[in-house]
Amino acid sequence: MTVRVLLFASYADAVGKNELTLELDDGSLVADVVTRVREMAGGRALPPAPLLAVNAAYAPPSTVVRAGDEVAIIPPVAGG
Amino acid sequence: MSAARLTSSAIDVAALTREVAAGDRGAVSIFLGTVRNSNEGRAVNGIDYSAYDAMAVAEMNRIADEASERFRGVAIALEHRIGTLQVGDVSVAIACAHAHRAQALDANRYVIEELKRRVPIWKREHYLDGTSEWVDPLRRPAEVAP
Repeated sequence: MTVRVLLFASYADAVGKNELTLELDDGSLVADVVTRVREMAGGRALPPAPLLAVNAAYAPPSTVVRAGDEVAIIPPVAGG
Repeated sequence: MSAARLTSSAIDVAALTREVAAGDRGAVSIFLGTVRNSNEGRAVNGIDYSAYDAMAVAEMNRIADEASERFRGVAIALEHRIGTLQVGDVSVAIACAHAHRAQALDANRYVIEELKRRVPIWKREHYLDGTSEWVDPLRRPAEVAP
């Protein structure tokens, strides 16, 4: 299945992209998305357990990803 | 009632205030966050704000809903600006109105603290020495070449 992955701020700079698509096995977790991104060039700048969101809401790393989901890897936030 | 927005232009604080004001709400609290001219001892001359737009708006609305649960009867409107801001520019404005001042003030404090803790917005500070860095409130950010 295909999922869309969003990167932001320092994570987007590290990987050189702010959006990518991944092919994942059925039953994959959002934690597996992080593992895959960390294997990419520059991906080691991401921590092993960053904040994650699925479809615009925070989600734990154990969340099962579904086809068409939008997974976001969230750097430390600094609004305000 | 509550309404949260992101904007790429200057925040109209008077308009935000009018959104929550009402005859039965005798207290309106306004919080403004502005770009400070220094951080961690370094002179700052501007900040680029960026956001995960859809989630930032959703999360700000969730926070406003939580505040409405905690402080019954409060009306909330908030706006966060993204893009390039100069020192002194308003980056975030929160208006809370209630029949009484305690709830208006406490709701505002709740909203700004939660916003800073969990709304997916990032800032890249630009320093007078020509360098810039992504700000990580939890630790000193890594140095990035200008």
